[in-house]
Amino acid sequence: MKKEITGRIPVLLMIVGLGMCVVGVVTGEAGVIFMKAARICMECIGLG
Amino acid sequence: MVKHVRKIIQAGWGILTNAYVRGFIPGGPMLYQGPLKHFCVPGMNCYSCPGALGACPVGSLQAVLNERHRRFPFYVLGWMIFVGAAVGRFICGWLCLFGLLQELLYKIPVRKVRVADKVDRPLRYLKYIVLAVLVVGLPLLYRTRYGAGDPSFCKYVCPVGTLEGGVPHVLLNGTLRPALGWLFRWKMLLLVLCIAASVVIYRPFCRYICPLGAFYALFQRFSLVRIRVDSDACINCGACHRVCGMQVDPHVMPDSAECIRCGECMKACPVNALSFTAGGKGFCSRSTGSNIGSNTGNKKHLRRLDVFS
Repeated sequence: MKKEITGRIPVLLMIVGLGMCVVGVVTGEAGVIFMKAARICMECIGLG
Repeated sequence: MVKHVRKIIQAGWGILTNAYVRGFIPGGPMLYQGPLKHFCVPGMNCYSCPGALGACPVGSLQAVLNERHRRFPFYVLGWMIFVGAAVGRFICGWLCLFGLLQELLYKIPVRKVRVADKVDRPLRYLKYIVLAVLVVGLPLLYRTRYGAGDPSFCKYVCPVGTLEGGVPHVLLNGTLRPALGWLFRWKMLLLVLCIAASVVIYRPFCRYICPLGAFYALFQRFSLVRIRVDSDACINCGACHRVCGMQVDPHVMPDSAECIRCGECMKACPVNALSFTAGGKGFCSRSTGSNIGSNTGNKKHLRRLDVFS
């Protein structure tokens, strides 16, 4: 029984994670990340 | 064998995720700007690296949190939860280029420092503070007069960004050099300190600073892929503890938040008592090439010989 539960928790978390990813894509969050990642981040390289 | 396989996978993954060769050509496009940049990679990998094909989850999380119009970071957080729940800190041990660099530096033959437990244990919590304050807190709460936030971890700390982004861009693009100031010098100082520490301490950045490692550590006890100890086979010889660079005692706490699941303990175990499991089912363990440890009779035999005392 314990093994069953411990096996389910990560699967449930993975499903929740994937669901959140889908919500993020729908709300345009992936676009925000793209806008940030597709240009040089001056702060990240120490020039900001 | 596991040791070499892991190094090959670490290096291969690093090359694969930084495979935009044109970015490294002086006068070239400087950065990959294709559709893959919509996606986060599972480990620390600066998206400002000239070769980077994907986005760093830590940088992306700050980018969403410090937006002028606040939004919940569903996408990045969801990705991090998915990866953490699937494999936990396995990512740190197998798919992190900066982790590989630290491991290679640790191979330089000088006297090594095993951090005393009374120093090591409190310092381990530093990475959670870095995650809470620099990755989430400040980007979320602090606002400049223009309304945008600061990616505080990337800006003031991240040595990965300095190494993968800052140094190559400054070397490749002369136009950026006049902009170098105190921030770049500060970040270079942190990078040099990190490199120097890595020569004598095993993976100091991963152990004490890395916010992504801290996040994945929260899932170590729940993740699908874990390390299992066969308590019937274990002879409590301590070989796994002695070989662990992260100073974990796998036979006592196989789900320790500090374990990066590199598999060195499995290699060191003389009775094959440690194995990787997925959802409770074993899928990888070291083969001893003999029948040592195959049953409790061997366990008694090894105890009698006292070969590990």
